[in-house]
Amino acid sequence: MTVTLFVPCFVDLMFPEVGISVVQVLERLGHQVECPEQIACCGQPAYNSGYWAEARRVAVPVLERLSGAEAVVIPSGSCGAMLHVFYPELFAGTPHEDAARKLSARCFEFSDFLVTRLGVTDLGARFPAKATFHDGCHGLRELKTHDQPRRLLAQVRGLQLLEMKEKVCCGFGGTFAAKFPMISTAMGEVKCAQAAETGAEYIISNDSSCLMHIQGLLGRQGSKMRTLHLAQVLAQT
Amino acid sequence: MTEREKILGRIREALVSPAPGPAMHDTGREPGLDAVPAAGSRQWLPKVGDTFAERLELFRKNTAELKARFELVDSPQALADRLVALRDTEAWKKVGVHQGELTGPAVEVLGLPVCRTDTDYNVADLESCDVGITECDALVAQTGSVLITSRSAGGRALSVLPPHHVVLARREQLIADLPEAFSLLKRKYAPDYPSFLSFITGPSRTGDIERILVLGAHGPKKLTILCV
Amino acid sequence: MSAPVKEFKQQAARLTHDLRHRELIQTALGKYELVRDKSQRAFQDWEAARNAAAQIKWEGINHLEEHLTQFVRLLESRGTQVHWASTGQQARELILGIIRRQNARSLVKSKAMTSEEIHLNEALAAVGLEVVESDLGEFIVQLRREPPYHIVFPAMHLSRGEISDLFRRELGSAPTQNPEELTMIARRVLRQKYLAADIGLTGANFAVAETGMISITENEGNARLTAALPRTMITLLGIEKILPHFEDLALFLPMLATMGTGQPLTCYNSFYGGPRQPGESDGPEEFHVILLDNRRTELLADPEQRDALHCIRCGGCLNVCPVFRNIGGHTYGTTYSGPIGSVLTPHLRGLNQWQHLSHASSLCGACTEVCPVKINLHHHLLHNRRNAAARKPAFGQKLAFRIFAAIVTHPTLYQMAKSAGRLLQPLHPLVKGTRLDPAYAWTHTRDLPRVAPQTFKEYWRARKSVPPENDRRAATPHP
Repeated sequence: MTVTLFVPCFVDLMFPEVGISVVQVLERLGHQVECPEQIACCGQPAYNSGYWAEARRVAVPVLERLSGAEAVVIPSGSCGAMLHVFYPELFAGTPHEDAARKLSARCFEFSDFLVTRLGVTDLGARFPAKATFHDGCHGLRELKTHDQPRRLLAQVRGLQLLEMKEKVCCGFGGTFAAKFPMISTAMGEVKCAQAAETGAEYIISNDSSCLMHIQGLLGRQGSKMRTLHLAQVLAQT
Repeated sequence: MTEREKILGRIREALVSPAPGPAMHDTGREPGLDAVPAAGSRQWLPKVGDTFAERLELFRKNTAELKARFELVDSPQALADRLVALRDTEAWKKVGVHQGELTGPAVEVLGLPVCRTDTDYNVADLESCDVGITECDALVAQTGSVLITSRSAGGRALSVLPPHHVVLARREQLIADLPEAFSLLKRKYAPDYPSFLSFITGPSRTGDIERILVLGAHGPKKLTILCV
Repeated sequence: MSAPVKEFKQQAARLTHDLRHRELIQTALGKYELVRDKSQRAFQDWEAARNAAAQIKWEGINHLEEHLTQFVRLLESRGTQVHWASTGQQARELILGIIRRQNARSLVKSKAMTSEEIHLNEALAAVGLEVVESDLGEFIVQLRREPPYHIVFPAMHLSRGEISDLFRRELGSAPTQNPEELTMIARRVLRQKYLAADIGLTGANFAVAETGMISITENEGNARLTAALPRTMITLLGIEKILPHFEDLALFLPMLATMGTGQPLTCYNSFYGGPRQPGESDGPEEFHVILLDNRRTELLADPEQRDALHCIRCGGCLNVCPVFRNIGGHTYGTTYSGPIGSVLTPHLRGLNQWQHLSHASSLCGACTEVCPVKINLHHHLLHNRRNAAARKPAFGQKLAFRIFAAIVTHPTLYQMAKSAGRLLQPLHPLVKGTRLDPAYAWTHTRDLPRVAPQTFKEYWRARKSVPPENDRRAATPHP
């Protein structure tokens, strides 16, 4: 099928390898990938800050451009949640309400797309390392993607998955990270400590925004742990 | 307009706009409320067996975990013996009690000075008691609780002021669970309820200091349930 | 920045750096989570129980007038004096009126968050009344002259050593590290107060409409004593505490205990329907029930957030909230803290002044996940944010989002912004970490990733002219 890839702004600008990995994985499975150039953001920053009219300015082009898509795949739990869960609310009571609902039904977070929609868990990937998995909160609680990443990682040859003792927020939270940096940092420190406790070399997640925050802290701490997006691991052969 | 009228008026106005049905946000269920949802609660609360033996076992297990003492005795004589033994090991000097089928003979056999709480009594008198002996409405297997009211247990203070609370119960009073307890209360008392009803689940406790369990915070430090 | 925001940010900065506090709270809550999970697993179907509880509360709140009327009628039929207070001020005056009429000189209290809400203790102290908090945790923070740290565990932030010092200073007791001995010290002191108090004041966890009773849940027994010994009993509760049916308690009492403390059932769950009745041997001569509105009807009028009134004050959302864990209960500066406090306070005390609590959240949703009555907590934080922006937009932010919207929807502008980012990036190290750094909020504590030499969109554009088989670019791990 033709899969439409929605690339969040931070993936585009700072973690293009995540997008490239998604493309590689999908093409390996025999699907065609298209990526609309004109849309760069789902509108979550404005939505989360309460400026819904401004969020709609960003979201309407997304709705329009994705209206014909067969399936939209988003390599991010937070943007995925925006499209799948929050667009219907954002557009409730507006002429775009119906379009938002229709789009929502065709939006999938990356791991969910592979496992639930395509029924695939083994991608022939190989990544011998000790790793832990961080569940981005939007993915975990809004999209219920808990099992999907783990089922995919279970098939990665050589990978040893060590679970952290809690599923707790890393503290990124979008604009929260900049508005309340001390709280965001404290939460991130707790996350890094729990990751370190597992003895993992890598922290894998299905959300690059979380990873950006966690890696930012790890770097400042001089930690040897590295962060990786799930797609990057699955693309390793 | 009285405050009552003002508040009820505001409530009426506020409720003109309907709210979405309960918890729609994650179940995607159709709105459609069950008539009395709690009537089904038995199926969701912790499981309780159907036989007396199972319920007895559960009650025993729960009371042990709660650090309450529970003993099943075979006869009124055995009950009397247990009480006397307790009097001696606990060194009771004065007993608080109310009149009842089980408490009456108990007081006789203990032979100690008594503070009776069936009618007006002196609080200082009750305060000087080492133990408060009461009957109860039921023993609840599901939670290890003792159900009392001001009518079945000699008022409000008898079971909570003295440092030791002893409950005398009959084995027929052992019931399965909380839903049954509320049915029992309704059958026994409605519409003329006592002014005080209570589920007692273990001796008094607190976790306020570093979440460490300490018994006997304000209420009785010891709870003993003797069942005949 | 208005005062509450400034206070909040200062306190938050302090607490988030306090590693001792972080450790203490994580440990306490870790213990709580173990027992909570065990109690939840004992339920045959916890999720079904949550659904039923949500439904029951929905029924209660959405038919509030009918249930309150029945509740009051039954209470009054047993000789209870029921009062209605639209505001905290009125509630205080009602209580002071009762005190004056009785020439009361001492009042013993069991835990009542509504009394915190209306700042009752200060008002009582101001007229020279001796007010004693009998709940151990409340007693401790009262001695420290500070508000409760947590709605269920008021003294959670204190170590036994600190409590020992406190008792030594305020009560003249011998120092001890033993929690049992500390509890016994408090027990001895408070016992005398129960016996002597003229008035007992309680809160209520629930108000049962069907039988006209208030329900009080506690572990210590202090509420039972407060309701048994003094000549006059006053119960102060919010109008939203309604439960329609008596047997609803069979579900709510275990759920409250599970979420509140992790216990299968709290030690004492007592129901009071009136003063001492004919034939009863003790209990108060007078029983007053004060129903408090204090802007709850305003929240009731908001159908989107009405379910916030379903709250049973279990504290479960506080316990899971990573923000709460890191900033502590006092930082909020409100009676109700944690997620429910952040949702409610703008409604009870003003949206503009208190919206920052709704912003101080990563919206992780852990609160909504655990709420026993399924309040849509974290989404309400979003709703508060939206309402605040609509009512009084912050010009700078609105403008920033409009500019952002323009950039991300126009490829040319996006391209320009990207180029600008690339140009300025090498200069960033010059200001990084200093006050001149526009990304200071981030770089103060975290490294900032660079704009990639080739963005994804650029790669994609280039790739269109290169067949996929020739594209050997490996997706290398993040450097």
